[in-house]
Amino acid sequence: MLAVILLLLILPFAAAAVSLRAPDRVAGAVTAVTGVACFGLVLALVPAAAHRDLGYLSYLRIDAVSVVFLMATSFLYGAVAVYSIGYLAPSRRSRDPGFSRYSRRFYTGLNLFAWSMLAAPMMNNLALLWIAVEVTTVISALLVAIENTDGAAEAAWKYILIASAGLGLALLATIFTYYAGAQVLGQHYDLSFTPLLHAGARLPHTPVRLAFVLAVVGFGTKMGLFPVHTWLPDAHSEAPTPVSALLSGSLLAVSFYAILRYYQVAAAALGPAFPRDVLLVFGVASLLLAALYLLDQRDVKRMLAYSSVEHMGILAIGVSFGAPIALAGVLLHVLAHAAAKGNAFMGAGVLVHKFGSKRISGISGGLDLLPWSGPLFGIAILALCAMPPFGIFRSEFEIVQGGFSSARYATPAVLIVLVTLAFFGLTVAANRMLLVPARGRVAADLPRGEPSAWMVVPVVAGVAALLVLGVHPPAELTGLLSRAVHQLGAVT
Amino acid sequence: MSATAAVAAPSVYSGGSSVIALGVLLAEFGMFRQALLRDQVRLYAVQSGLISVLAVLVAAVRHLPDLYVLAALSAALKVVVVPIVLRRLLRGIGRAGEDEPAAGWTEIAGSGSLSLANTVLLAIAVAAFGFFSVRALNIQSSVLPITALEISVSVVLVAFVLMIMRRDVASQAIGFLSLENGISLAALVVAAGLPLILEVAFLFDLLVAVVVFELLIRVHHGRAESLSTADLTSLRG
Repeated sequence: MLAVILLLLILPFAAAAVSLRAPDRVAGAVTAVTGVACFGLVLALVPAAAHRDLGYLSYLRIDAVSVVFLMATSFLYGAVAVYSIGYLAPSRRSRDPGFSRYSRRFYTGLNLFAWSMLAAPMMNNLALLWIAVEVTTVISALLVAIENTDGAAEAAWKYILIASAGLGLALLATIFTYYAGAQVLGQHYDLSFTPLLHAGARLPHTPVRLAFVLAVVGFGTKMGLFPVHTWLPDAHSEAPTPVSALLSGSLLAVSFYAILRYYQVAAAALGPAFPRDVLLVFGVASLLLAALYLLDQRDVKRMLAYSSVEHMGILAIGVSFGAPIALAGVLLHVLAHAAAKGNAFMGAGVLVHKFGSKRISGISGGLDLLPWSGPLFGIAILALCAMPPFGIFRSEFEIVQGGFSSARYATPAVLIVLVTLAFFGLTVAANRMLLVPARGRVAADLPRGEPSAWMVVPVVAGVAALLVLGVHPPAELTGLLSRAVHQLGAVT
Repeated sequence: MSATAAVAAPSVYSGGSSVIALGVLLAEFGMFRQALLRDQVRLYAVQSGLISVLAVLVAAVRHLPDLYVLAALSAALKVVVVPIVLRRLLRGIGRAGEDEPAAGWTEIAGSGSLSLANTVLLAIAVAAFGFFSVRALNIQSSVLPITALEISVSVVLVAFVLMIMRRDVASQAIGFLSLENGISLAALVVAAGLPLILEVAFLFDLLVAVVVFELLIRVHHGRAESLSTADLTSLRG
């Protein structure tokens, strides 16, 4: 297994190094192969991680929870790597002199970004986890700025400033956790995760409490929790589409992973009530804000960004329910959201490319003009709205069921109402873009057809993943999830 | 100061370290009144230097040899390298802006919503809040007097005010860097025993962040032809 883990850490980095020099076709091929290979490698970890924790070299620790997040990240890495070949094709054909520089930066950044996100869940050390998350920030900020437009420069600046300030708070959380750990484990404690969990209830309460709240606000900034989500719609809408998909499906999840680790520590030290209440407040506030904003969005990528805030809110609420079925739902939701949101962004990217506009009002007749991407985008939106038979239906169902079973009736009810509100916002906009016949001078003259098959194949794979997660998750995955739920300390 | 401390005079060590910590906070406040970016960078270097001095003091008195290395590396990075990067950036921008010569070199765009005096009042209120709220947490440290932790939280909060109130990208970046200084100060109090390798990793990470900040400031300046954030208002809703 160590070989698999080391390959996961080396391959994306090597692909980044190749992309720095290679011409764009080679870089694209290398990136795609690496992305798909990483997903295969993570799948190879599943059977082992479903039975035991893997720890290596004292700094690496992969348990069932990590593997869930590795799966989400590596799946999207593979999908967007393939998608990028089609995404960059028009610029290559235009023979723009700046293109080879752009594509070198793009592929190098994409691989490094995936590398840092794959590294974060493997760290057995809260300091290294923080560093990995900070590295994801600086690399993704550069990727947000890569389009070199006014909007991209603005979004990148807001993103790096807000996210860095948030991570400053997360660093304080790390330091206070060290303080708490050192009180029990001695001055030579090195912030590794396992001894902290074993120390559990012996940890002093005040620093752990402080650290948990700081971690939720700090990492929550990157996860997109209200009120520190403000960078998120800007960055998601201005970044190149493959990067938006990774930001939404993987980066937010990696930040949520960091919060989950602090949740484990806090629950072990303080009992589950306090961390759950904190997450409940942030989760409901995020869901409420996102549901309201979704009702009136003009930009398709911003709309999907607010949908991400919505789903992160659902994740936080799901953890706050604490019932085993709700936690299983949360982890399944991470996987299903990655597939669905990746699909939605990739589909939106095709629409934006076809109609030359990010504005919802500038896109119409998608279903007629795009024989594949139109229906696939529609499916992605329905999947995001938790329609059966897709994965998010199952995961949200489990979360709500867990909420009712833990006898908190008001919160699941609020969740259902707000998710329904979000459903209206998303479907009305999707209806406008897909079903309303093509109108306007630009749209009416467009020929029917797909820009590139490379931009369809990964979306089909995403639909397949959503169906598998929704209809019948494989036994290995269920085993992995139940072990992860056990590790998260599910107590009703 | 608690009742016992008021009776017994503080030792030279705890008094000295509290004075240095206070210096860090004063440097943070000093950044508010600077009108020149160049001076703000200088003040950041002074602030970072004070933290390195404090680290050396702790290393000597508490026999933590790792902290000598940390102090040296931290001084090399935050007193020398980062200010050089920032000043090179400002100089480059000063030359590039032709219709407003030396724009980035001299002016700081203050707050649009509050006057300087009110901003400082706000910062004082926030600093006092941080100072007294940490006392309520009842955290003990065997390394430094807890006053230093209280001050460090004040520094972090004042740095937030600085980042929020300033209307140019360079000052916002310096606000973030001084925020990191506040955290370094807190780390000296409650996490002095943190393994050196992790501290070095943090510093390396800071270096990467500074380089990316610099790049994005250049991108911003290249597009807006100024450091002001006044134009950064197109993305809404």
